[in-house]
Amino acid sequence: MAESSVARPFDLIKLNLDEMVQVKLRGNRELVGKLHAYDQHMNMVLGNVTESVTVIDVDLLNHQATGANVVKRNIEMLFVRGDGVILVSPCAHPHDG
Amino acid sequence: MFFYSVFKTLVGKTVVVELKNDLAIQGTLVSVDQYLNIKLDHVSAVDPARYPHVATLKNSFIRGSVVRYVHLPASAIDTALLQDATRNEPGNR
Repeated sequence: MAESSVARPFDLIKLNLDEMVQVKLRGNRELVGKLHAYDQHMNMVLGNVTESVTVIDVDLLNHQATGANVVKRNIEMLFVRGDGVILVSPCAHPHDG
Repeated sequence: MFFYSVFKTLVGKTVVVELKNDLAIQGTLVSVDQYLNIKLDHVSAVDPARYPHVATLKNSFIRGSVVRYVHLPASAIDTALLQDATRNEPGNR
């Protein structure tokens, strides 16, 4: 393990600095953007971010999901509070969003 | 403490603070503390039609834990400096 460059979980995120990452957040939110900074709480600063929010349509009478809409928007520079983060992953296809 | 320092450099700049209840407040950053609590001046709601009560506020103190995002002015952010500082942050090593 000692020779590995990824000895601890945060080392994996460190390798993604200045790279496009995908961040999954609470509330059916997903961000794709360039990772500029992070800390031990997973607070982050991302650049050129695309946020996708998945909104589930529910039939209130039958309590059944009737469909999902993805709402997207772009933000130039974004600070993300770490307590909402579920996962961070290198982004294989940055422009597929 | 790292982002505390980052936000301190942004005092006086206009930011949009987006809360976990979807309310987005625009204002001038007055001060920030170690919990990333934020004080804003000249506040307004980004969607005033949906949040008319925000129009009654002139300034506000926002508890750090209710923040989801802060939209930063890109021109005020040195991304190379941020990346170097992140690599050298003791908590990240």
